[in-house]
Amino acid sequence: MTGVVLRRLAIGVFVLWGAGTMMFVLLRLAPGDPATLLLGPDASAADVAALSERLGLDQPMVAQYLTFLKNAAQFDFGDSYRFGQPAMDVVLGRLQATVELTLTATVIAVVVGLALGMLAGRRPDGRVDRVVSGLTILLQGMPTFWVGIMLVLLFTATLGLLPSSGTGTPAHIVLPAVTLSLPFTAIVARITRTSVAQSMREPYVQTARSKGLTELQILTGHALRNSLVPVVTIVGLQMGALLGGAVVVENVFAWPGLGSLVVESVSNRDYAVVQAAALLIAAIIVVLNLVADLSYSLLDPRVRTGAHR
Amino acid sequence: MTGAITDLPEVAPRPPAARRRWAFLRWVPVSVVGLYILVAIVGPLLVDYDPVATGLTDRLLPPGATTHDGGLALLGTDPLGRDIFAQVVYGARTSVTIGALTVALSALVGVTVGVVAGYFGRAVDAALSRSIDVLLAFPGIVLAIIVAGLFDRSITVVVVALALTGWIPFARMTRAMALTVRNREWVAAARVMGVPRRTIVIRHVLPFVLGPVVALAATDFGLVVLAEAGLSFLGIGLPPTSVSWGQTIATGKEYLSTAWWISAFPGLVLALLVVHVGLLGDQFNSFFHRSGRRGVLPRTPRRAGTGRGVEGSL
Repeated sequence: MTGVVLRRLAIGVFVLWGAGTMMFVLLRLAPGDPATLLLGPDASAADVAALSERLGLDQPMVAQYLTFLKNAAQFDFGDSYRFGQPAMDVVLGRLQATVELTLTATVIAVVVGLALGMLAGRRPDGRVDRVVSGLTILLQGMPTFWVGIMLVLLFTATLGLLPSSGTGTPAHIVLPAVTLSLPFTAIVARITRTSVAQSMREPYVQTARSKGLTELQILTGHALRNSLVPVVTIVGLQMGALLGGAVVVENVFAWPGLGSLVVESVSNRDYAVVQAAALLIAAIIVVLNLVADLSYSLLDPRVRTGAHR
Repeated sequence: MTGAITDLPEVAPRPPAARRRWAFLRWVPVSVVGLYILVAIVGPLLVDYDPVATGLTDRLLPPGATTHDGGLALLGTDPLGRDIFAQVVYGARTSVTIGALTVALSALVGVTVGVVAGYFGRAVDAALSRSIDVLLAFPGIVLAIIVAGLFDRSITVVVVALALTGWIPFARMTRAMALTVRNREWVAAARVMGVPRRTIVIRHVLPFVLGPVVALAATDFGLVVLAEAGLSFLGIGLPPTSVSWGQTIATGKEYLSTAWWISAFPGLVLALLVVHVGLLGDQFNSFFHRSGRRGVLPRTPRRAGTGRGVEGSL
């Protein structure tokens, strides 16, 4: 077990190094001088010269790269020209809103997805299964930003029930979180359906039936518990997609999180913030994948005790 | 009563007559996708649209209204008096073009890398899986936003930005298949006969990969179209002179309470395309899976687990 953890940790560190290197390369490939890019279009010539000096742009590429790595390891990506403070501080200030949004969306997706998947998997190819599978195809095919706008049209513009943008009251999170959760609800439902359908054919379900357990007891006690492992895995693996979805959804609802920050910063060429935000997102994904891997082994006794390997 | 026996009639195959009555439905996805491609090619020749021209007299007309010069605004007009129907038609060309180019590039890179990694060996294989790890540390759309934002706006940049993660599922699948095929008898026979490795790969390995690649390409196409619309919606990537469903939807966002049709129709058209492309991909998938029953083909990844999902989240 310790060996597994250490190996995963090593891969995680490697991936972060790779992600940082990629950012470094991208910024050097882009048209224009990196110092100007990092400082933004309004920077004075003196500032650009000072940053060039600090980044060592006059030095060989290898030396520049080492400096970049050293600074990145200390979370130093330079200052944001728009906010006039360290880029990492700007990014961290927006982190909480994104975490709130993605967590709420995850809860919705898991609860609704498990319920739909159970209903569908109970009788594969039954009427409910067809309806649910049609629904999941639809949910995955609809662009979330458009769904968000249509929800605003319905709940804000027409019914006047929910606020369409910004933060403040708990009601503000409803539309963005529901919008973000929809494709993931579909994914969770698909996985749960397959797993429950499989479990329903197992001998222990027959046993449970013959013991006289109700359908609900069988579903929750026997079928559902076994589908938790794949669901946890998929939730962990989809965290990247969820954060990506948040980038778009935050922009629809003017949600002040990392996603809207990334898009604003890209549009305003504030690349210090872009770098910091991208690497923070990468770090979050790496950590979450690690957690999903490990909880996978905690949930499945075969993996936990090593009997399976 | 909840016994297994009472469940049986539900699970049993449906009577053939009912099955035949609905059999035509399987042609729906391919027809819908075909229609989009047709509109993308021919539509702009039949419908006039100038993305730069503005006519303030015809601004925000509802669907079905008549414009000042007597034309019909079938799906209404936007705040600059531009026809929504025309934007839908021209947007189809943009989406289909970018989708096709991105999928072609992704498939080319993915299949090449996958075959090399699966057939030739360990060093390439290890390098491949580590690079995939690194790329997947970023949500695909974030990477696309950054790349498309760094470089000057153009179709090429958007295609490259989307293909940056798009090749991964192709590489994974091809690698897995190359691994199984390389140990088959005919490959061994060819090797013994002294056939050059490149010829073995092209004549004896690639043909097995092509079917599932087509299936994956269909699935991928839908995700790419969604991602492109997402980028355009955020105002990143394509030059402002091009027409894209994402841009039109973004325009309509500001006019929701007065002109719902601006956002509604392009999104509807986009969703319809993506759903049917997905269904088509599923059909391809089950077809190639069935014909590969002899055990040559490993299961091709289903939609939920193509390792991408990133664009699927848009």
